[in-house]
Amino acid sequence: MKKILDLTVRENRRLNADSFLLVLFSPELPEIQAGQFVNVKVENSPSTFLRRPISVHNVEPEKGLLYLLIKIAGKGTEKLSQLACGEKLNVILPLGNQFTQPEQGRCLLVGGGVGIAPLLHLSKELKNKGLSPVVLIGTRTAKDIILQEEYEKYATVYYTTEDGSFGEKGFPTQHSIWNESFDHIFCCGPEPMMKAVAQRAYSKHIDCEVSLENKMACGIGVCLCCVNDTREGHKCVCTDGPVFNINDLKWQI
Amino acid sequence: MANLSINLHGLKLKNPVLTASGTFGYGVEFKDFIQLDKLGGFIVKGTTLKHREGNPYPRMAETPSGMLNAVGLQNKGVDYFISHIYPEIKDIQTNILVNVSGSTIADYAATAEKINALENIPGIELNISCPNVKEGGMAFGTSCTSAAEVVKAVRNVYKKHLMVKLSPNVTNIQEIALAVESAGADSVSLINTLLGMAIDIHKRKPLLSTTTGGLSGACVKPIALRMVWQVAKVVKIPVIGLGGIMCAEDAIEFLLAGASAVQIGTANFIDPTITMKVIDGLNSYLDNNHFNSVSEIIGII
Repeated sequence: MKKILDLTVRENRRLNADSFLLVLFSPELPEIQAGQFVNVKVENSPSTFLRRPISVHNVEPEKGLLYLLIKIAGKGTEKLSQLACGEKLNVILPLGNQFTQPEQGRCLLVGGGVGIAPLLHLSKELKNKGLSPVVLIGTRTAKDIILQEEYEKYATVYYTTEDGSFGEKGFPTQHSIWNESFDHIFCCGPEPMMKAVAQRAYSKHIDCEVSLENKMACGIGVCLCCVNDTREGHKCVCTDGPVFNINDLKWQI
Repeated sequence: MANLSINLHGLKLKNPVLTASGTFGYGVEFKDFIQLDKLGGFIVKGTTLKHREGNPYPRMAETPSGMLNAVGLQNKGVDYFISHIYPEIKDIQTNILVNVSGSTIADYAATAEKINALENIPGIELNISCPNVKEGGMAFGTSCTSAAEVVKAVRNVYKKHLMVKLSPNVTNIQEIALAVESAGADSVSLINTLLGMAIDIHKRKPLLSTTTGGLSGACVKPIALRMVWQVAKVVKIPVIGLGGIMCAEDAIEFLLAGASAVQIGTANFIDPTITMKVIDGLNSYLDNNHFNSVSEIIGII
Protein backbone atom coordinates (compact mmCIF):
# COMPACT_ATOMS: atom_id res chain seq x y z
CA MET A 1 0.00 0.00 0.00
CA LYS A 2 1.24 3.46 -0.92
CA LYS A 3 1.61 6.02 1.84
CA ILE A 4 2.21 9.74 2.16
CA LEU A 5 4.60 10.25 5.05
CA ASP A 6 6.43 13.13 6.68
CA LEU A 7 9.88 11.63 7.06
CA THR A 8 12.39 13.12 9.47
CA VAL A 9 15.86 13.95 8.16
CA ARG A 10 18.36 12.01 10.28
CA GLU A 11 21.41 12.83 8.21
CA ASN A 12 22.27 14.87 5.12
CA ARG A 13 25.76 13.92 4.02
CA ARG A 14 27.47 15.76 1.18
CA LEU A 15 29.40 13.21 -0.89
CA ASN A 16 31.03 15.41 -3.52
CA ALA A 17 30.41 18.63 -5.44
CA ASP A 18 26.98 17.61 -6.65
CA SER A 19 25.80 14.51 -4.76
CA PHE A 20 24.41 13.99 -1.30
CA LEU A 21 22.92 11.22 0.78
CA LEU A 22 19.70 11.77 2.72
CA VAL A 23 18.94 9.42 5.59
CA LEU A 24 15.25 9.66 6.48
CA PHE A 25 13.30 8.15 9.33
CA SER A 26 9.69 7.12 9.85
CA PRO A 27 8.20 4.56 12.26
CA GLU A 28 5.58 3.82 9.57
CA LEU A 29 7.87 3.03 6.64
CA PRO A 30 6.09 0.54 4.35
CA GLU A 31 7.85 -2.41 2.72
CA ILE A 32 10.00 -1.18 -0.17
CA GLN A 33 11.44 -3.39 -2.93
CA ALA A 34 14.74 -2.88 -4.74
CA GLY A 35 14.14 -0.75 -7.83
CA GLN A 36 11.20 1.23 -6.46
CA PHE A 37 11.23 5.01 -6.06
CA VAL A 38 9.68 7.74 -3.93
CA ASN A 39 8.15 11.08 -4.90
CA VAL A 40 9.44 13.94 -2.79
CA LYS A 41 7.76 17.29 -2.15
CA VAL A 42 10.18 20.19 -2.22
CA GLU A 43 9.17 22.95 0.19
CA ASN A 44 10.19 26.60 -0.03
CA SER A 45 11.36 26.38 -3.61
CA PRO A 46 9.00 28.67 -5.54
CA SER A 47 10.11 27.47 -8.98
CA THR A 48 9.59 23.81 -8.05
CA PHE A 49 5.94 23.03 -8.70
CA LEU A 50 5.92 19.24 -8.93
CA ARG A 51 7.35 16.53 -6.70
CA ARG A 52 10.74 15.04 -7.51
CA PRO A 53 10.96 11.29 -8.18
CA ILE A 54 14.02 9.76 -6.48
CA SER A 55 15.27 6.14 -6.55
CA VAL A 56 15.46 4.26 -3.30
CA HIS A 57 19.16 3.79 -2.52
CA ASN A 58 18.74 1.61 0.55
CA VAL A 59 16.31 0.77 3.34
CA GLU A 60 16.82 -0.48 6.87
CA PRO A 61 13.26 -1.51 7.72
CA GLU A 62 14.08 -2.58 11.28
CA LYS A 63 15.34 0.94 12.00
CA GLY A 64 12.69 2.73 9.94
CA LEU A 65 15.39 4.28 7.74
CA LEU A 66 15.22 5.18 4.08
CA TYR A 67 18.33 6.25 2.16
CA LEU A 68 18.18 8.50 -0.90
CA LEU A 69 21.26 9.20 -3.01
CA ILE A 70 20.59 12.43 -4.91
CA LYS A 71 22.45 14.40 -7.53
CA ILE A 72 21.87 18.14 -7.67
CA ALA A 73 20.35 18.67 -11.10
CA GLY A 74 18.26 21.81 -10.64
CA LYS A 75 16.50 24.07 -8.15
CA GLY A 76 14.44 21.27 -6.55
CA THR A 77 17.32 18.92 -5.78
CA GLU A 78 19.44 21.91 -4.74
CA LYS A 79 16.82 22.79 -2.13
CA LEU A 80 16.78 19.18 -0.92
CA SER A 81 20.57 19.31 -0.53
CA GLN A 82 20.09 22.06 2.07
CA LEU A 83 17.80 20.04 4.37
CA ALA A 84 18.96 19.99 7.98
CA CYS A 85 18.70 17.17 10.52
CA GLY A 86 15.30 17.14 12.18
CA GLU A 87 13.51 18.77 9.23
CA LYS A 88 10.55 16.95 7.67
CA LEU A 89 10.25 15.78 4.10
CA ASN A 90 6.86 14.85 2.63
CA VAL A 91 7.23 11.70 0.57
CA ILE A 92 4.87 9.41 -1.36
CA LEU A 93 6.11 5.81 -1.29
CA PRO A 94 6.73 3.17 -2.43
CA LEU A 95 6.20 3.74 -6.15
CA GLY A 96 6.88 1.74 -9.30
CA ASN A 97 7.77 -1.89 -9.96
CA GLN A 98 10.98 -3.62 -8.90
CA PHE A 99 13.98 -5.47 -10.25
CA THR A 100 13.23 -9.14 -10.92
CA GLN A 101 15.41 -10.94 -8.41
CA PRO A 102 16.67 -14.27 -9.66
CA GLU A 103 16.92 -17.32 -7.39
CA GLN A 104 20.23 -18.35 -8.86
CA GLY A 105 22.84 -17.41 -11.41
CA ARG A 106 25.54 -14.79 -11.61
CA CYS A 107 24.37 -11.16 -11.52
CA LEU A 108 26.14 -8.13 -12.93
CA LEU A 109 24.87 -4.72 -11.78
CA VAL A 110 26.05 -1.81 -13.92
CA GLY A 111 25.68 1.76 -12.73
CA GLY A 112 26.72 5.08 -14.20
CA GLY A 113 26.75 8.39 -12.32
CA VAL A 114 23.90 8.76 -9.84
CA GLY A 115 22.34 5.73 -11.57
CA ILE A 116 24.24 3.63 -9.06
CA ALA A 117 21.63 4.64 -6.46
CA PRO A 118 19.13 1.73 -6.71
CA LEU A 119 21.90 -0.83 -7.19
CA LEU A 120 22.91 -0.76 -3.53
CA HIS A 121 19.49 -1.93 -2.38
CA LEU A 122 19.52 -4.59 -5.09
CA SER A 123 23.05 -5.79 -4.18
CA LYS A 124 21.98 -6.16 -0.57
CA GLU A 125 18.87 -8.15 -1.51
CA LEU A 126 20.82 -10.41 -3.85
CA LYS A 127 23.47 -11.05 -1.23
CA ASN A 128 20.75 -11.86 1.30
CA LYS A 129 19.47 -14.50 -1.14
CA GLY A 130 22.89 -16.12 -1.15
CA LEU A 131 23.95 -14.82 -4.55
CA SER A 132 27.27 -13.03 -4.95
CA PRO A 133 26.54 -10.00 -7.09
CA VAL A 134 29.16 -8.17 -9.11
CA VAL A 135 28.81 -4.40 -9.35
CA LEU A 136 30.42 -2.35 -12.10
CA ILE A 137 30.50 1.39 -11.53
CA GLY A 138 31.43 3.88 -14.24
CA THR A 139 32.33 7.51 -13.60
CA ARG A 140 34.22 10.28 -15.36
CA THR A 141 37.04 10.45 -12.87
CA ALA A 142 38.18 9.01 -9.51
CA LYS A 143 36.69 11.98 -7.62
CA ASP A 144 33.20 10.99 -8.76
CA ILE A 145 33.36 7.61 -7.04
CA ILE A 146 31.17 7.74 -3.96
CA LEU A 147 30.03 5.34 -1.25
CA GLN A 148 32.58 2.74 -2.41
CA GLU A 149 32.62 0.98 0.98
CA GLU A 150 28.82 0.59 0.96
CA TYR A 151 28.77 -1.32 -2.33
CA GLU A 152 31.74 -3.41 -1.25
CA LYS A 153 29.73 -4.66 1.75
CA TYR A 154 27.40 -6.61 -0.53
CA ALA A 155 29.21 -7.12 -3.81
CA THR A 156 32.50 -7.51 -5.61
CA VAL A 157 32.93 -4.07 -7.12
CA TYR A 158 34.79 -3.04 -10.28
CA TYR A 159 35.30 0.47 -11.60
CA THR A 160 35.85 2.29 -14.84
CA THR A 161 36.76 5.96 -15.15
CA GLU A 162 36.83 7.83 -18.43
CA ASP A 163 40.23 9.33 -17.61
CA GLY A 164 41.71 6.14 -16.16
CA SER A 165 42.27 7.72 -12.73
CA PHE A 166 40.69 4.73 -10.98
CA GLY A 167 39.87 1.18 -12.08
CA GLU A 168 40.00 0.45 -15.79
CA LYS A 169 40.03 3.31 -18.27
CA GLY A 170 36.98 3.77 -20.45
CA PHE A 171 33.24 3.17 -20.26
CA PRO A 172 31.57 0.39 -18.24
CA THR A 173 30.94 -1.64 -21.40
CA GLN A 174 34.70 -1.75 -22.04
CA HIS A 175 35.60 -3.35 -18.69
CA SER A 176 37.36 -6.73 -18.76
CA ILE A 177 34.74 -8.22 -16.42
CA TRP A 178 32.59 -8.70 -19.53
CA ASN A 179 34.91 -11.56 -20.46
CA GLU A 180 33.39 -13.51 -17.59
CA SER A 181 29.97 -15.09 -17.89
CA PHE A 182 26.81 -13.72 -16.30
CA ASP A 183 23.19 -14.86 -16.22
CA HIS A 184 21.48 -11.59 -15.30
CA ILE A 185 22.32 -7.94 -15.87
CA PHE A 186 20.74 -4.95 -14.11
CA CYS A 187 21.58 -1.43 -15.21
CA CYS A 188 20.83 2.16 -14.24
CA GLY A 189 22.50 5.28 -15.53
CA PRO A 190 22.52 7.73 -18.43
CA GLU A 191 20.52 6.46 -21.40
CA PRO A 192 23.49 6.09 -23.81
CA MET A 193 25.23 3.93 -21.19
CA MET A 194 22.12 1.82 -20.60
CA LYS A 195 21.72 1.32 -24.34
CA ALA A 196 25.35 0.24 -24.67
CA VAL A 197 24.93 -2.22 -21.78
CA ALA A 198 21.66 -3.47 -23.26
CA GLN A 199 23.42 -4.07 -26.58
CA ARG A 200 26.19 -6.00 -24.85
CA ALA A 201 23.66 -8.09 -22.92
CA TYR A 202 21.53 -8.71 -26.00
CA SER A 203 24.49 -9.88 -28.07
CA LYS A 204 25.51 -12.29 -25.32
CA HIS A 205 21.90 -13.49 -24.79
CA ILE A 206 21.93 -12.39 -21.16
CA ASP A 207 18.69 -11.38 -19.49
CA CYS A 208 18.85 -7.62 -18.83
CA GLU A 209 16.74 -5.09 -16.93
CA VAL A 210 17.23 -1.32 -16.99
CA SER A 211 15.79 1.39 -14.76
CA LEU A 212 14.49 4.46 -16.62
CA GLU A 213 13.92 7.97 -15.32
CA ASN A 214 11.57 9.83 -17.67
CA LYS A 215 10.16 13.18 -16.58
CA MET A 216 6.99 12.63 -14.63
CA ALA A 217 4.29 14.69 -12.96
CA CYS A 218 2.21 12.36 -10.75
CA GLY A 219 4.28 9.20 -10.07
CA ILE A 220 1.11 7.10 -9.71
CA GLY A 221 0.08 6.42 -13.30
CA VAL A 222 -2.62 9.00 -13.82
CA CYS A 223 -1.06 11.86 -15.80
CA LEU A 224 0.49 9.63 -18.50
CA CYS A 225 3.37 12.07 -18.98
CA CYS A 226 6.35 9.77 -18.32
CA VAL A 227 5.61 7.22 -21.02
CA ASN A 228 8.20 5.12 -22.77
CA ASP A 229 7.54 3.64 -26.18
CA THR A 230 7.58 -0.13 -25.68
CA ARG A 231 6.68 -3.10 -27.86
CA GLU A 232 3.23 -2.95 -26.26
CA GLY A 233 2.82 0.79 -26.87
CA HIS A 234 3.27 3.67 -24.46
CA LYS A 235 3.89 2.49 -20.90
CA CYS A 236 4.18 4.67 -17.81
CA VAL A 237 7.69 4.64 -16.33
CA CYS A 238 6.12 5.42 -12.93
CA THR A 239 3.83 2.39 -12.71
CA ASP A 240 4.82 -0.09 -15.45
CA GLY A 241 8.45 0.80 -14.67
CA PRO A 242 10.86 2.24 -13.75
CA VAL A 243 12.39 -1.20 -14.36
CA PHE A 244 11.96 -2.64 -17.86
CA ASN A 245 13.32 -5.75 -19.50
CA ILE A 246 15.29 -4.66 -22.58
CA ASN A 247 13.26 -7.10 -24.70
CA ASP A 248 10.16 -5.02 -24.01
CA LEU A 249 11.73 -1.74 -25.15
CA LYS A 250 12.06 -0.52 -28.71
CA TRP A 251 15.73 0.34 -28.36
CA GLN A 252 17.78 -0.28 -31.51
CA ILE A 253 20.16 -2.83 -30.03
CA MET B 1 -21.72 21.03 9.67
CA ALA B 2 -23.14 22.86 6.66
CA ASN B 3 -25.10 21.19 3.90
CA LEU B 4 -22.59 20.59 1.11
CA SER B 5 -24.94 18.90 -1.33
CA ILE B 6 -25.49 20.35 -4.77
CA ASN B 7 -27.98 19.58 -7.49
CA LEU B 8 -26.40 20.08 -10.90
CA HIS B 9 -29.41 20.21 -13.19
CA GLY B 10 -30.60 16.85 -11.86
CA LEU B 11 -27.19 15.37 -11.08
CA LYS B 12 -27.00 15.14 -7.28
CA LEU B 13 -23.59 15.62 -5.67
CA LYS B 14 -22.92 15.00 -1.97
CA ASN B 15 -20.50 17.92 -2.13
CA PRO B 16 -19.27 20.22 -4.91
CA VAL B 17 -15.80 18.68 -5.16
CA LEU B 18 -15.08 16.68 -8.31
CA THR B 19 -11.76 15.75 -9.90
CA ALA B 20 -10.65 16.84 -13.35
CA SER B 21 -10.26 14.40 -16.20
CA GLY B 22 -6.71 13.32 -16.97
CA THR B 23 -5.49 14.00 -13.44
CA PHE B 24 -7.28 11.23 -11.58
CA GLY B 25 -6.95 8.17 -13.81
CA TYR B 26 -9.93 5.94 -13.14
CA GLY B 27 -10.15 6.84 -9.47
CA VAL B 28 -8.76 3.53 -8.21
CA GLU B 29 -5.20 4.86 -8.45
CA PHE B 30 -6.10 7.05 -5.46
CA LYS B 31 -7.65 4.40 -3.23
CA ASP B 32 -4.56 4.14 -1.01
CA PHE B 33 -4.79 7.88 -0.30
CA ILE B 34 -8.45 8.84 -0.01
CA GLN B 35 -11.94 7.43 0.39
CA LEU B 36 -13.32 7.80 -3.13
CA ASP B 37 -16.93 7.73 -1.90
CA LYS B 38 -16.34 11.00 -0.04
CA LEU B 39 -15.95 12.86 -3.33
CA GLY B 40 -18.80 14.70 -5.01
CA GLY B 41 -17.67 12.73 -8.03
CA PHE B 42 -14.78 12.07 -10.34
CA ILE B 43 -14.30 12.39 -14.05
CA VAL B 44 -12.27 9.64 -15.66
CA LYS B 45 -9.57 10.04 -18.28
CA GLY B 46 -10.56 11.29 -21.76
CA THR B 47 -12.09 8.39 -23.66
CA THR B 48 -12.33 8.07 -27.43
CA LEU B 49 -14.08 5.63 -29.76
CA LYS B 50 -10.83 3.89 -30.68
CA HIS B 51 -7.56 3.25 -28.85
CA ARG B 52 -5.14 6.20 -28.96
CA GLU B 53 -1.42 6.02 -28.21
CA GLY B 54 -1.16 9.77 -27.59
CA ASN B 55 1.81 11.97 -28.46
CA PRO B 56 5.50 10.99 -28.30
CA TYR B 57 7.61 11.63 -25.20
CA PRO B 58 8.43 14.26 -23.88
CA ARG B 59 4.90 15.23 -23.01
CA MET B 60 5.40 17.32 -19.91
CA ALA B 61 7.34 20.40 -18.87
CA GLU B 62 7.32 22.06 -15.48
CA THR B 63 6.76 25.83 -15.69
CA PRO B 64 6.52 28.56 -13.02
CA SER B 65 3.65 27.51 -10.69
CA GLY B 66 2.37 25.08 -13.27
CA MET B 67 3.04 22.54 -15.95
CA LEU B 68 2.52 21.97 -19.65
CA ASN B 69 1.25 18.65 -20.92
CA ALA B 70 0.86 17.21 -24.37
CA VAL B 71 -0.42 13.73 -23.58
CA GLY B 72 -2.80 13.71 -26.54
CA LEU B 73 -5.68 11.67 -25.13
CA GLN B 74 -3.84 8.38 -24.70
CA ASN B 75 -6.53 5.81 -23.84
CA LYS B 76 -7.54 2.29 -24.80
CA GLY B 77 -10.87 3.27 -26.33
CA VAL B 78 -14.46 3.14 -25.10
CA ASP B 79 -14.94 -0.61 -25.60
CA TYR B 80 -11.95 -1.37 -23.37
CA PHE B 81 -13.33 1.07 -20.81
CA ILE B 82 -16.68 -0.73 -20.82
CA SER B 83 -15.23 -4.25 -20.65
CA HIS B 84 -12.23 -3.75 -18.35
CA ILE B 85 -12.51 -0.55 -16.33
CA TYR B 86 -16.20 0.02 -15.74
CA PRO B 87 -16.66 -3.29 -13.87
CA GLU B 88 -13.83 -2.29 -11.52
CA ILE B 89 -15.23 1.13 -10.64
CA LYS B 90 -18.99 0.92 -11.06
CA ASP B 91 -19.74 0.21 -7.41
CA ILE B 92 -17.83 3.17 -5.98
CA GLN B 93 -20.50 5.23 -4.23
CA THR B 94 -19.98 8.54 -5.98
CA ASN B 95 -20.78 10.12 -9.33
CA ILE B 96 -18.46 8.77 -12.00
CA LEU B 97 -18.49 10.78 -15.19
CA VAL B 98 -16.64 9.82 -18.36
CA ASN B 99 -14.80 12.48 -20.29
CA VAL B 100 -15.59 11.88 -23.98
CA SER B 101 -13.49 13.12 -26.86
CA GLY B 102 -13.31 12.52 -30.58
CA SER B 103 -11.93 13.52 -33.96
CA THR B 104 -15.31 13.69 -35.70
CA ILE B 105 -18.87 14.40 -34.62
CA ALA B 106 -19.76 10.81 -35.45
CA ASP B 107 -16.99 9.59 -33.10
CA TYR B 108 -18.25 11.75 -30.25
CA ALA B 109 -21.82 10.53 -30.72
CA ALA B 110 -20.85 6.86 -31.03
CA THR B 111 -18.73 7.00 -27.87
CA ALA B 112 -21.44 8.85 -25.91
CA GLU B 113 -24.08 6.37 -27.04
CA LYS B 114 -22.03 3.43 -25.77
CA ILE B 115 -21.58 5.12 -22.40
CA ASN B 116 -25.28 5.94 -22.21
CA ALA B 117 -25.88 2.23 -21.71
CA LEU B 118 -23.78 2.09 -18.52
CA GLU B 119 -26.14 2.14 -15.56
CA ASN B 120 -23.69 3.52 -13.00
CA ILE B 121 -22.34 6.36 -15.12
CA PRO B 122 -24.78 9.25 -14.53
CA GLY B 123 -23.14 11.65 -16.93
CA ILE B 124 -20.43 12.50 -19.39
CA GLU B 125 -18.17 15.46 -19.79
CA LEU B 126 -17.89 16.30 -23.46
CA ASN B 127 -14.34 17.40 -24.19
CA ILE B 128 -14.47 19.95 -27.01
CA SER B 129 -11.37 21.64 -25.71
CA CYS B 130 -8.34 19.32 -25.76
CA PRO B 131 -5.44 21.37 -27.15
CA ASN B 132 -3.19 18.36 -27.75
CA VAL B 133 -4.79 16.54 -30.67
CA LYS B 134 -4.40 17.32 -34.36
CA GLU B 135 -8.00 16.66 -35.29
CA GLY B 136 -11.14 17.45 -33.32
CA GLY B 137 -10.69 18.32 -29.67
CA MET B 138 -10.23 22.04 -29.29
CA ALA B 139 -11.18 22.67 -32.92
CA PHE B 140 -14.80 21.98 -31.96
CA GLY B 141 -14.72 24.19 -28.90
CA THR B 142 -13.38 27.36 -30.46
CA SER B 143 -16.33 28.21 -32.71
CA CYS B 144 -19.95 28.59 -31.68
CA THR B 145 -21.23 26.72 -34.73
CA SER B 146 -19.06 23.64 -34.37
CA ALA B 147 -19.46 23.56 -30.58
CA ALA B 148 -23.25 23.63 -30.93
CA GLU B 149 -23.14 21.03 -33.69
CA VAL B 150 -21.21 18.45 -31.67
CA VAL B 151 -23.32 19.04 -28.55
CA LYS B 152 -26.56 18.61 -30.55
CA ALA B 153 -25.34 15.37 -32.09
CA VAL B 154 -24.41 13.97 -28.69
CA ARG B 155 -27.61 15.27 -27.07
CA ASN B 156 -29.60 13.21 -29.58
CA VAL B 157 -28.06 9.96 -28.40
CA TYR B 158 -27.08 10.72 -24.80
CA LYS B 159 -29.93 10.85 -22.32
CA LYS B 160 -28.17 11.52 -18.99
CA HIS B 161 -26.25 14.51 -17.62
CA LEU B 162 -24.32 16.20 -20.40
CA MET B 163 -21.53 18.44 -19.13
CA VAL B 164 -19.52 20.28 -21.78
CA LYS B 165 -15.91 21.22 -21.09
CA LEU B 166 -14.97 24.57 -22.58
CA SER B 167 -11.69 25.83 -23.94
CA PRO B 168 -10.16 29.05 -22.64
CA ASN B 169 -8.37 29.50 -25.96
CA VAL B 170 -11.14 31.69 -27.40
CA THR B 171 -11.81 35.41 -27.63
CA ASN B 172 -15.28 35.24 -26.10
CA ILE B 173 -16.05 32.28 -23.86
CA GLN B 174 -19.53 33.57 -23.06
CA GLU B 175 -20.65 33.09 -26.68
CA ILE B 176 -19.41 29.49 -26.73
CA ALA B 177 -21.10 28.76 -23.39
CA LEU B 178 -24.39 30.16 -24.66
CA ALA B 179 -24.09 28.16 -27.88
CA VAL B 180 -23.63 24.85 -26.05
CA GLU B 181 -26.41 25.73 -23.60
CA SER B 182 -28.87 26.23 -26.48
CA ALA B 183 -27.64 23.01 -28.06
CA GLY B 184 -28.76 21.06 -25.01
CA ALA B 185 -25.89 20.93 -22.49
CA ASP B 186 -26.94 20.30 -18.87
CA SER B 187 -23.88 22.09 -17.49
CA VAL B 188 -20.56 23.57 -18.60
CA SER B 189 -17.15 22.96 -17.04
CA LEU B 190 -14.30 25.39 -17.54
CA ILE B 191 -11.46 25.87 -18.13
CA ASN B 192 -9.53 23.20 -20.00
CA THR B 193 -5.80 23.95 -20.30
CA LEU B 194 -4.40 27.09 -21.90
CA LEU B 195 -2.27 26.62 -24.99
CA GLY B 196 1.34 27.33 -24.12
CA MET B 197 4.94 26.36 -24.83
CA ALA B 198 8.41 26.23 -23.31
CA ILE B 199 11.89 26.04 -24.83
CA ASP B 200 15.17 24.47 -23.69
CA ILE B 201 17.58 27.30 -24.53
CA HIS B 202 20.65 25.07 -24.25
CA LYS B 203 19.42 22.48 -26.73
CA ARG B 204 17.48 25.21 -28.59
CA LYS B 205 14.50 22.89 -28.86
CA PRO B 206 10.93 22.93 -27.52
CA LEU B 207 10.50 21.02 -24.25
CA LEU B 208 7.47 19.17 -25.62
CA SER B 209 7.53 16.78 -28.59
CA THR B 210 4.51 18.65 -29.95
CA THR B 211 6.08 22.11 -29.38
CA THR B 212 2.86 23.42 -27.80
CA GLY B 213 0.84 21.93 -24.95
CA GLY B 214 -1.78 22.68 -22.35
CA LEU B 215 -0.88 24.80 -19.33
CA SER B 216 -2.40 23.93 -15.95
CA GLY B 217 -1.69 24.46 -12.28
CA ALA B 218 -1.76 27.40 -9.89
CA CYS B 219 -0.62 29.87 -12.58
CA VAL B 220 -3.88 29.59 -14.57
CA LYS B 221 -6.25 30.26 -11.66
CA PRO B 222 -6.89 33.99 -12.16
CA ILE B 223 -7.79 33.41 -15.81
CA ALA B 224 -10.01 30.44 -14.98
CA LEU B 225 -11.77 32.39 -12.25
CA ARG B 226 -12.45 35.33 -14.55
CA MET B 227 -13.90 33.03 -17.22
CA VAL B 228 -16.09 31.16 -14.72
CA TRP B 229 -17.42 34.50 -13.46
CA GLN B 230 -18.11 35.69 -17.02
CA VAL B 231 -19.89 32.48 -18.04
CA ALA B 232 -21.90 32.17 -14.81
CA LYS B 233 -23.29 35.67 -15.50
CA VAL B 234 -24.84 34.65 -18.82
CA VAL B 235 -25.89 30.99 -18.73
CA LYS B 236 -28.81 29.45 -16.84
CA ILE B 237 -27.28 25.97 -16.56
CA PRO B 238 -24.79 25.21 -13.76
CA VAL B 239 -21.13 26.09 -14.23
CA ILE B 240 -18.39 23.80 -12.92
CA GLY B 241 -15.20 25.71 -12.23
CA LEU B 242 -11.67 24.39 -12.63
CA GLY B 243 -8.21 25.68 -13.33
CA GLY B 244 -5.43 25.93 -10.80
CA ILE B 245 -7.36 25.01 -7.66
CA MET B 246 -4.66 24.07 -5.13
CA CYS B 247 -6.52 24.47 -1.80
CA ALA B 248 -9.96 25.03 -0.23
CA GLU B 249 -9.63 28.81 -0.47
CA ASP B 250 -9.13 28.56 -4.23
CA ALA B 251 -12.24 26.38 -4.53
CA ILE B 252 -14.27 28.87 -2.47
CA GLU B 253 -13.24 31.66 -4.85
CA PHE B 254 -14.70 29.68 -7.75
CA LEU B 255 -17.98 29.10 -5.87
CA LEU B 256 -18.22 32.80 -5.02
CA ALA B 257 -17.59 33.62 -8.69
CA GLY B 258 -20.58 31.53 -9.72
CA ALA B 259 -19.44 27.91 -9.99
CA SER B 260 -21.93 25.38 -8.59
CA ALA B 261 -19.15 22.82 -8.25
CA VAL B 262 -15.40 22.61 -8.80
CA GLN B 263 -12.91 20.16 -10.24
CA ILE B 264 -9.48 19.61 -8.76
CA GLY B 265 -6.89 18.73 -11.38
CA THR B 266 -3.14 19.21 -11.34
CA ALA B 267 -3.12 19.58 -7.53
CA ASN B 268 -3.83 15.82 -7.31
CA PHE B 269 -0.29 15.19 -8.63
CA ILE B 270 1.31 17.10 -5.79
CA ASP B 271 -1.02 16.04 -2.99
CA PRO B 272 -3.17 12.98 -3.73
CA THR B 273 -5.27 13.82 -0.64
CA ILE B 274 -6.01 17.40 -1.73
CA THR B 275 -9.68 16.69 -2.53
CA MET B 276 -10.38 15.66 1.07
CA LYS B 277 -8.64 18.81 2.33
CA VAL B 278 -10.75 20.96 0.03
CA ILE B 279 -13.99 19.34 1.25
CA ASP B 280 -12.98 19.82 4.90
CA GLY B 281 -11.80 23.38 4.28
CA LEU B 282 -15.03 24.30 2.52
CA ASN B 283 -17.05 22.88 5.38
CA SER B 284 -15.07 24.88 7.97
CA TYR B 285 -15.41 28.06 5.91
CA LEU B 286 -19.18 27.69 5.75
CA ASP B 287 -19.42 26.96 9.49
CA ASN B 288 -17.11 29.80 10.47
CA ASN B 289 -19.07 32.25 8.34
CA HIS B 290 -22.48 30.95 9.50
CA PHE B 291 -23.73 29.63 6.19
CA ASN B 292 -26.08 26.66 6.44
CA SER B 293 -25.54 25.48 2.93
CA VAL B 294 -22.89 25.74 0.23
CA SER B 295 -25.56 26.91 -2.22
CA GLU B 296 -25.77 30.18 -0.26
CA ILE B 297 -22.31 31.28 -1.40
CA ILE B 298 -22.58 30.35 -5.07
CA GLY B 299 -22.35 33.41 -7.30
CA ILE B 300 -22.19 36.02 -4.54
CA ILE B 301 -19.79 38.04 -6.72
